[in-house]
Order: sequence, then C-alpha cells, then structure tokens
Amino acid sequence: MNDAAERKLALSHLWVAFIAFIVACFMGEYQVLERSGLIPALDSPTVYFASVSTHGVLMGFVLTTFFIMGFGYYTASTSLKVPVWNNKLAWVGFWISLLGTLLAAIPLLTGNASVLYTFYLPMQAHVAFYLGATLLIVGSWIWCGIMWVMFKQWKQVHPKQPVPLAMFATTANALLWLWASAGVALEVLFQAIPLALGWIDTVDPGLARTLFAWTLHPIVYFWLIPAYIAFYVFVPKQAGGYLYSDEAARGAFIVLAVFALPIGFHHLYMDPEQAKGWKLLHGIGTLVVSIPTLVTGFTVIASLEIAGRLRGGKGLFGWIGSLPWSNPMVLAVILSLLMLILGGFGGVINASYAMNAMIHNTAWVPGHFHLIFAGTTVIMYFAIAYYLWPMLVQKPLFSNSLALIQLWTWFIGMGILTTPWHVLGLLGQPRRISSVVYNTLLTLAWKPYELAMIFGGLILLGSACLFIYNLAKTQLNPVSGVFTQRVEYAEAIHPVKELPEYLNDFTLWNRVIAVLMLISFGVPILQFFFMNTFGSPGWGY
Amino acid sequence: MQIETIIQKYHILTGQCVDFVRDFYEQLRSVHVEQLERKWITITLLVIGLLVVIIVGDAFFHGVNPPSKVETIDSAKLHLSKEFAESNLGVQLDDKGEIMVRMVAGRYSFFPKHIAVPAETKITFRWVSMDVLHGVHIPMTNMSTMIVPGYVAEITTSFPKPGEYPVLCNEYCGLGHNHMWSNISVIAKEDWTFPATVPAEGIKP
Repeated sequence: MNDAAERKLALSHLWVAFIAFIVACFMGEYQVLERSGLIPALDSPTVYFASVSTHGVLMGFVLTTFFIMGFGYYTASTSLKVPVWNNKLAWVGFWISLLGTLLAAIPLLTGNASVLYTFYLPMQAHVAFYLGATLLIVGSWIWCGIMWVMFKQWKQVHPKQPVPLAMFATTANALLWLWASAGVALEVLFQAIPLALGWIDTVDPGLARTLFAWTLHPIVYFWLIPAYIAFYVFVPKQAGGYLYSDEAARGAFIVLAVFALPIGFHHLYMDPEQAKGWKLLHGIGTLVVSIPTLVTGFTVIASLEIAGRLRGGKGLFGWIGSLPWSNPMVLAVILSLLMLILGGFGGVINASYAMNAMIHNTAWVPGHFHLIFAGTTVIMYFAIAYYLWPMLVQKPLFSNSLALIQLWTWFIGMGILTTPWHVLGLLGQPRRISSVVYNTLLTLAWKPYELAMIFGGLILLGSACLFIYNLAKTQLNPVSGVFTQRVEYAEAIHPVKELPEYLNDFTLWNRVIAVLMLISFGVPILQFFFMNTFGSPGWGY
Repeated sequence: MQIETIIQKYHILTGQCVDFVRDFYEQLRSVHVEQLERKWITITLLVIGLLVVIIVGDAFFHGVNPPSKVETIDSAKLHLSKEFAESNLGVQLDDKGEIMVRMVAGRYSFFPKHIAVPAETKITFRWVSMDVLHGVHIPMTNMSTMIVPGYVAEITTSFPKPGEYPVLCNEYCGLGHNHMWSNISVIAKEDWTFPATVPAEGIKP
C-alpha cells in the first residue's frame, strides 16, 4: 500500500506537536529559574504567569492533541491496512486545530490570557483565547469521528473478527475524548465566551469548576492512552517477544475509557460547592481506575519477561539484563514504568479523599503530574517518534545512541526536577507562585530544593533539544536507497481468534458511560439550577 | 388494567436484564485468562478494595471528610451581610462556647491579617471570597480549603502544636498571588484568652 498521504498527514501533526513541545520546554526552564529568585532581574509576575499559561496550553493541549491525532491516523491506517477515511476531512481537522492554536497563542503570548490553562473563571481572558481553545478541540472532534468511522467500516468488512488491538485502543481513546471534552466545551460555550463578550454579566464559578472537573480527569487518560498503546502493541515485539495477553489489554482499555470519566471530583475534594457524598463516590471511582493501570504494569512486565527469556535470560531477574536496552522503545518502557511506579504511588495519595488535604494545591501536585505526564507519558511519545520517524520520512534514524542518551537524560532530569518538587509540597509551598515573598522562617527550608529544580530543568531542556535535533537530522539527512521498514505490531502469545462482542465493540460501553455520567454528574450539575446561587462578575488578573 | 400492563412490561424488562447479565457472564467466562493473570487481578482487586474500605470507613465512622458544606452567599455584598461585615470577622466564641473564625479572602490578603487561636481546640473556620477564586492552607496543619466566590467554605480542625504559622493563598488569583498571605498565632491552650490580644505588629517571625 502506498501510504504517502498518511505519512504526510501524520508527520504534519507530529511536527506541530513537537514544535509546541520544544517552545514549552524553554518556558519551563525559565519558570523554575524565575521562581527560585536566583536572578533578581528575571523577577516579573506578568511574564511568569503569561509563560505558565502558555507552557500549560502548549504541553497539555497542543503537544498532546496533535500527537494523538497524528499517531492515531497512522495507527489506524497501518493496523487496519486501509487508507485514512476521508483524507480531506482529516486535513480540515488539522487546519482548524492549528488555526485555534495560533488564535489562542496571540493573547497568551501578549499577556492577555494569563488565566492558566485551567481557565479559572470568574477570572477573564481575552475572548480569542477561548475561541482558539474551542477550535483546537473542534479539530480533534473531527479526528474522533474519522477514527469511529474507520473502526465501524473495518468491522463491517470483517464481521466477527477481532479488531486489531492498536485500533481498538485508539477508538477507545476517541470515544473517551468525545465524552471528556464535552465538559469543558459546555463551560467555554455557555460561560467563558458569553462572559468575555459581555453577553452575560455573571457566571457561577462553582458550576464552572464542576464542568471543568468533568474534563480534567479523563483528559489525562486521553494523553496517557498512546503511551499504553505503545506498551501493548510495540514494546513486546521490539523487545523480541510476544504480548502476554491481548484480552487483558482490551479489558484495560475498556475500564480506562469507562472509569476515567465519572470520577473528576477528586479535583474538587477541597471545594465548597459539592457535597461530601458525591466526592466520596468519585473518590471510589478514582481508585477503581487504578486497576487497569495495575493490570497494564503486570502485562507489560510479563511481556518483557517473555522477551528476556527468549533472548536467553535465566534466573529470577536475569531476563532483565538480557533485554535489548539499546532499543529506544525498550529503554523508554523501562524508564516509563519506573516513573509510573513512583508517580502512581503519589497519585493514590492525591486520590485519597482525606489524605489529599495535606498536599492539595501545594508544589506536590505539579511535581506529581510532571512525573506522570512529562515523565511516564511523554517519554513514550519520544519512543513512538523514534520508532515511527524512519518510516514516516523513509530514512533510517539519524543516531540511535543520541536517542538513548536523550531518553536517559530525560529520566534523570525528571527525577532531579520532580523529587524536590514533591518535597516542597510536603514543606507547604503553594503551587502557582512566581516568587517566594512570605516573611516566614519556613521558606528558608525551600531554597535548596528550588535550586535543585533549576538543575533538573536544565537537563530536561538539553534532552528535549537532543530529541528535536535527532528528528530533524533524520528528516534532512540526504540518504539514497529504498527504505522498506514497516510498522510491526506485536503478536499475542495466544493470538485471539474470536472475541465476545463486548470486548470488540463500544456500543455497550458507550451506554455504560452514559449511565455512570448521569449518576455521578447529574445531580451535582443540576443542583446549581435549584439552589439559590449568586453569580460572580468577570475579573481581570 | 393499566397497572397490569405496567407489571407485565416490568416483568419483560427484568427478564431482559437477567438474560443480558447471564449472557454477559457466559461471554466473560469464555475469555481466556492465564492462571497467573487471574491471581494478579485478584490481588489488585483486594488491594483496591482494602483502600476503599479504609476511606469509606473513615468517612462514615470517624467523620474524616474534606470541607463540603454546600452553602451559598453573595460575594458581591459581603460588606452588607451581617456575618461577614468587617466588625464581625476574626475569632469569636459561639453560643456553645466553641471557637468560630470568620475570614474574608480578597486580592491580595486574608482578613483579618492576623488572628490568634488556642492549640488543641476544635476550631471552625468559615472562609469567603470577595472577588475571584482563592485557596488557603496553613503549612504543617490540616487547615486547607478552596475558597470559591459565591460559596462559604466551612472547615473544622484543630492545631496540635503552638507556634507562628503563615496562612498562604494556594490558588492562582492574579498577578499579585505571591503576596497573598497572612499570619496565625497558635497559642498554648492554657495561655489563650478571649478575645485574642496579640497585636499583629508584635509578630515577627
């Protein structure tokens, strides 16, 4: 199959993602430096909060959405062995999302949208910021639609056959994102934009926070699922073995898609606008959603063990040494899992209904999500890029050893950045401050940790530059000869011949999600229309 | 007549549900699961189950809950309200002799700027915002809550250790967010008298 059209589509999306990423990395290093107070000349809350807002939008919305779309198109076409359905429409989605990104960038970079990527109504940004964010999401909905159509079309042509795991998981993510983004879409369309345009005078911040919480948890699974896809469909093959269990993988993706949605109130544990019963219900759901991650950890490690033993590894731990550590995908998964273990432990603390009070809104929280997102998740984005790039540009990777150095330095830098960040949180430092001006002895204990973070950030920035350099060099390398390598999807040790329909389709799960969302968000949202609430006017910042 | 049709429909519906669950279970049984995998999934379920039992048990039997009293207030008219008028802020004893602290958060401080409370005593805080979102925590204590305009954030806690503590805003509230903080003195229970007499300017960390 000539997949030039798919390659161009994927490559365009991935470049937008990684350009956003490298810009945001420079901002990140500036932020740790500014925050530490080491260079007094840098001190400026105006620049700092414009930078934090942009960093968050670029990393959380642009890098992720474009990466997921590009990776999704390529996965769909290579795993189903068909061209992307309606290529033109896919490009329309790309341009809508890009237009949205550029539209939002103007107010962000000029300091007219320093409301952080979580919006914080009743604080009010320039309307272009909200419109841009909306367009970015609308573009991604087109991607969801295309994934859904390709999934259904393949099933029609291949009745009763199991959908390839990579496509099954991609479709799960599309479904998850359609549900997840509805919350923030409601907030932006009915509150933020009308307020910014002066159509309404007040908004209810309680309702705004509830709607944002609807999106805020599943969105992190939207970001994480590509990493899990790589765990299941690339890693076993790259390590030289087989996937331990195809069924467990499907089960994990289903539980992720279903239970990531009705649990957003763990972001509202400390909020006054929701009652404790609802918080407890969402808290239990949050613990349930850790089950697929625990299953994933087991299946991936079991797959690695199969590979290690096939390669001659002996003894209880001998197989670890015989894994191909010089394969970027294998190295990345090992480092990713190490960060997942630490980050997951922190996550259980955040999820714990009452224990969360100790770390709520402290530096612990950004420490946690950098470890689990920028660490566990983004390191797999790197691995996927290293794996796909040669096929996308039809040239061999510029340097495998640079890739390995890059992955190691990312891991080490992330450790040096996030460990002190967690400690700062335990020492009571609030998140989202641009400098420490509190006149209290407590702040003396914070200093050394802030300095360590600058160093960690510097290593990460260097690592990020290496990543972009390697990709650019690969693409620009003048190489002659035919490049024939194709994407190889891992086979399960017991290949699945047939599956019950509920493990091969989402119709049932879509209904389950609808019921769970109604239960967990129905009353908590409706209450705002029955209580005697008082709106807040918009505020500058 | 109508009731009979409803009952009939109800029976059909339950029948369908039972069939569905039975079918689902049969299909579930037919899925191939390795012995080792089965064990791991069981362990996972037990661990998560244990965590759920601890959290739910603490919530129901020990009353360990985050601040969740859903109570609305007009944040634009705090100065006109009786409860959060300036003269009524700070530490007060309620009619049961329990300590009640009323605080207003506004860009960029908590008002009053200094309060003194006794250690090892149950204290109820009522926080309101007069403008945007704020959050507050007192490091090394359990005193932490979001302050959302339009709502009263009520939290009951106690401070085990006397000392001078900062009261920090932990939610981004504008470009001056760093400067939003105030002080609280936790005084040994036996030394504390009402009303608190420690002057704010006397507190030098």
